Amino acid sequence: MEWDWALTWEILPELARAFRVTVAATIIGFSMALVGGLVLTILRRSPFRIISWPANFIVEFVRSTPLLVQLYFFYFVFPVEIPDMGGIFTSAFITGVLALALHYSSYTSEVYRAGIDAVPKGQWEAAAALNMSGGRTWTSVILPQAIPPILPALGNYLIAMFKDTPLLYAITVVELLTTAYQIGSARFQYVEAFTIVGVLFLIVSLMSAWLIRRMERWTALPSH
Amino acid sequence: MSIEVRSIRKTFGKYTALDNVSLTVEDGCLTALLGPSGSGKTTLLRVIAGLEQADAGSGPILFHQEDVAKTSVGERRVGFVFQHYALFRHMTVFDNVAFGLKVRPRKVRPSREEIREKVHAMLSLVQLEYLSGRYPAQLSGGQRQRVALARALVIEPRVLLLDEPFGALDAKVRRDLRRWLRRLHDEIHLTSIFVTHDQEEALEVADRVVIMDKGRIVQEGSPDEVYDNPKNPFVYEFLGNVNLFHSRVEKGMAHFHGLRVESPQHETAKGEGGRAYVRPQDFEISREPLGESSFQATVQHIYRLGATVRLELAREGEYLTIEVELTNDEFRARGISKGDKVYLRPRRVRVFTDQEMDDSYTSSQL
Repeated sequence: MEWDWALTWEILPELARAFRVTVAATIIGFSMALVGGLVLTILRRSPFRIISWPANFIVEFVRSTPLLVQLYFFYFVFPVEIPDMGGIFTSAFITGVLALALHYSSYTSEVYRAGIDAVPKGQWEAAAALNMSGGRTWTSVILPQAIPPILPALGNYLIAMFKDTPLLYAITVVELLTTAYQIGSARFQYVEAFTIVGVLFLIVSLMSAWLIRRMERWTALPSH
Repeated sequence: MSIEVRSIRKTFGKYTALDNVSLTVEDGCLTALLGPSGSGKTTLLRVIAGLEQADAGSGPILFHQEDVAKTSVGERRVGFVFQHYALFRHMTVFDNVAFGLKVRPRKVRPSREEIREKVHAMLSLVQLEYLSGRYPAQLSGGQRQRVALARALVIEPRVLLLDEPFGALDAKVRRDLRRWLRRLHDEIHLTSIFVTHDQEEALEVADRVVIMDKGRIVQEGSPDEVYDNPKNPFVYEFLGNVNLFHSRVEKGMAHFHGLRVESPQHETAKGEGGRAYVRPQDFEISREPLGESSFQATVQHIYRLGATVRLELAREGEYLTIEVELTNDEFRARGISKGDKVYLRPRRVRVFTDQEMDDSYTSSQL
C-alpha cells in the first residue's frame, strides 16, 4: 500500500467542501438541539399533565428509537403521508438537520434535567421570596447555576452528533464521508480519502473538546 | 405589622405536620418558634411565608388584619432567611442583595443609583460592605448568614421570617450572631419570627417563645414565663436539663427520697403517683444535713465546664444519677471532691402527677 500524495492534494479541496456540509449540519443541528432540549425539559417540569406528559413521551420515544429509522421516516415517509406539513422534508439537508436536532434534543433534555435537579430547592424558594417572575427565575437564577456543571455532558453530545452526521448519507445528503466514498470508488483508491476523513473528524473533535474545557473554566462558579 | 394565623392544618400524606395551630404575633415583636425536630415549627413558618399552602379548611393568615392566605410568597412581602442561606452562588454579595430590587417591575423599580445606595446601606447595616465583591463560596458561614439577612431586608419586607438562622454555625459565631440579631431587631423593630430547636437561643433572644410539639403549640409566653412555669413535663424537659424523681403526691405535698416538698397546685391530690422535676442549678449542696428537706448522695463525677461545675451524684444503693450544677465559686467554697458524701436540698421543685403526664401526652397526640 502506497500513500499517494498527488491524489491527496487533488482531492483535498473537494473533501473540504463536503466537510463544510458536515460542520454546518452539526452546528445548526446542535444549536437546535440545545434549544429544543431545554424547551422539552421545561415542558416536562410543567405541573400540568397535558403538557408534561407529551413532552416526556417525545423524549422517551425519540431516545429509544434509532436515528437512522427517524431519518428514513422524516425523508421518505412524511413527505408522502402528510404532504401539507411534509413539504419541508423535501430538502435532504434540512430534513437531516431537523432529525439530528430532534434526536439530540431528547439527549440534551436529559442532561438539562440533571443540571436543573442539582440546583437546590432553596434557590427556587429564595427567588420566589424576592417576588421574582417565573421567567426571570429561570434565566437569572436556575440556568446560570444549572448549565456550567453540565457543559462536559453537553460537549460529549456535540461530538457524538458530529460523528453521527455520516448517517445523513442514508437520505442522500452529500457530506464528507459520502464524498470520500465517491472519490474512492471512482479511482479504486480508498485509503487517502478515508484517511483524510478520519483525520478531519479527529481534528475537529479534539478542537471541540478543547473549546468545551475552556468554556467550563470560564463558567465555573467561583470558590475559595 | 402583626401576624395572626387561625386553625392552620397541614398534612403531608398521612403525616400531620400542623394540627389546628393558631398563633398571634404582636407588631414589632421578635418571636421564637421552639421545638424538637418534627414538631412542625418550620412548617408553620413556611405556611406563614407562603412557601407552603395550608390544607383546605384552615383558617386565615392575617398580616395586619388582612388575609394573605391566597397570595404568593412574593406578594406577601416577607423577608425570608433560609436555613442554608440559599444565596445565589453565581452572584457577588452585592448582586445577591441588589437582586430583589433589580427584579421589580419597571414602575416600582428604584433607579440604578438608588439601588446602589440601598444595597450599600444594607451591607453596612450587616457590617459586610468590605465584602461586596466576593462570591458566597468565599465567605464564612456567619458572613453568608448576614448576606442572607441583608438580601431579605433590602426589599423592605413587612415581616422577617428566619428558618433556623444559626443552625449551621459553630457555637461561638452562633452566640455572637444571635446577640447581633437581637440588637438589629431593637434598631429596626421589624415583626420577626425565627425557628430554632435550641432553647438557649430562644430564651436569650426572643421577646416571646412559642413551644411546639407534634404539630401543636404547647405553650407560649415570655422567656421567663415559659422557663419558670412550664405547663407540662414536655416543656419542662425541653427547656434545659432536669432531674426527675418519682414521687407520691398528696394534699399539696410531694414525697420523694424521704423529702416533703410543697406542691400547691395539687391541694386535692389523694396519694397519686407523680414526677418531681428539679433543675440541676436548683439544688443546695452541703457537707452537713440541711434540715429535714435534704437527702444524702455520693459524688461520682465532677465535670468542669468553665464558669460552672457539673456534679453527678447517686444515692446509696441507687444507680439513678442526679445532676447538680454549681458556679465555680460555690464549688470551691464547698471543697467537694469525688467520693464525698454530701447533702442535697432542692430549692425549686415542679411536680406533675401521673394523671397530668397522661393528659399532656394525649393532648399532644390528638
